[in-house]
Amino acid sequence: MMFATAIVGILITMALALARALKGPTVFDRILAANMFGTKTILLIAAAGFLTGRPDWTDLALVYALVNFAGTVAVLKYVRFQDMAAGGE
Amino acid sequence: MVLFIEIASWLLLVGGAGFCIVGAIGLLRMPDLYSRTHAATITDTLGAGMVLVGLALQAGPNLTALKLLMVLAFLLYTSPVSGHALVKAAYSHGIKAELDVPIDPQQVQIPERPARDAPTDSARGKEGADDVSD
Repeated sequence: MMFATAIVGILITMALALARALKGPTVFDRILAANMFGTKTILLIAAAGFLTGRPDWTDLALVYALVNFAGTVAVLKYVRFQDMAAGGE
Repeated sequence: MVLFIEIASWLLLVGGAGFCIVGAIGLLRMPDLYSRTHAATITDTLGAGMVLVGLALQAGPNLTALKLLMVLAFLLYTSPVSGHALVKAAYSHGIKAELDVPIDPQQVQIPERPARDAPTDSARGKEGADDVSD
């Protein structure tokens, strides 16, 4: 029951973040919302694993955390330098 | 002890979900990018932290709880880094904060600062010290 409550809250959060990602005036708002959506995906996977009685899904949450961070920084680098191979300032 | 863990886990999970929703509402309703970043990082630290610690309490002392705490530690490292990169990229793109109202110099009292290159009393001698006291 407690996992279902947490999952409902996380799903509401994901819906609101998706609304900001669709609405956001600048590209940075969209990146911010996508990053937050990814963080909530981690929480959702972890809580859903406990809800279905398979806590092994925490490994998937760990991988999602890594991918989310790398993806956010890569998109930011592309937006800032228009080049994935740019170096330094 | 079991009851205590159940109650603590309930409170942490519901509180974490509540903080997530509050941060998402802030993400929707704040006026500009920088304040939206402030609202979004609440969900990264407090929301995710409370939910993950609540889940770790439910898992008990085993490898799953350790993995959950590893996820939490990783989030606590990466969320400030990505937030900093985001705001720096936005700032270098010239995005202005809407709450950044220009200060009217007529309205602001700037306190007098002593001049940095003024000679000290020991360098100026007795007479200079008397001048300062005047």
